[in-house]
Amino acid sequence: MGKLKLECHEANHICDKSQYKEASFWEKVRLNIHLIYCRACQKYTARNNKLTKAVKNPKVNTVSKEEKAELQELLNKQLADK
Amino acid sequence: MADNQIDATQWVARYSDYLFNYTIARVNDRDLAKDLISETFLAGLKSMENFKGDATERTWLVSILKRKIIDHYRKINSNKGKAEVRINYDDSETEGDWLEERVADKFDRTAEDQLENQELGTAIYDCLDGLNEKQRTIFRMKTMENFDTEAICNAFDITPSNLWVIIHRARKAMADCLENNWF
Repeated sequence: MGKLKLECHEANHICDKSQYKEASFWEKVRLNIHLIYCRACQKYTARNNKLTKAVKNPKVNTVSKEEKAELQELLNKQLADK
Repeated sequence: MADNQIDATQWVARYSDYLFNYTIARVNDRDLAKDLISETFLAGLKSMENFKGDATERTWLVSILKRKIIDHYRKINSNKGKAEVRINYDDSETEGDWLEERVADKFDRTAEDQLENQELGTAIYDCLDGLNEKQRTIFRMKTMENFDTEAICNAFDITPSNLWVIIHRARKAMADCLENNWF
């Protein structure tokens, strides 16, 4: 299965994928090996993880699709009246 | 002079999440927040002619929203006596519970935590607004609405590697932005 060492852009790509749980086991192994010696990617990974955590924070509220549709309808009605 | 245009049809899609997080950090009630936002949009429509274009659309909407929030607090405080904090423990149901209710919060959750978490939503949507159209929609779909890679690729007619490049750029911009405003 290919080479063990990754280039930085490959490492970043795997890191991005792993944020969505789409990186394979082998890719994650290679990423972690890369992270042992690559400072820049360590930093990138740390920030990327932080971002994922922040977005997943339950205190971050999203307006649901239905609620949005409701609002949009209300707005459209008013726009039509104009 | 008029650098900023108003496009009311895009309001819900673009600003509702930001405004919602902004409101909920201040009124702490989902339904109420929703009401305030729809009121804001309606008020915005009504006074669209007054929009001078000096500020961005969002800033303008937020300034309306602020008035709405203040009005809300005025209204609930306007009845005499309601502005005072009153604690009644004379009905039989709550009797005896008062000691527990006054115990301090759990040690690992400070007031600061709460505040930070509530403002976080605003910060995230603020940063999201700074991305370009395509990055914003795709990042939203992928990260917040949890669409499959494949589904997004089909919807936008792009290849997976295109998608990952867009995601990568969006994540980078988001991380930079949050670093400045948040972390």
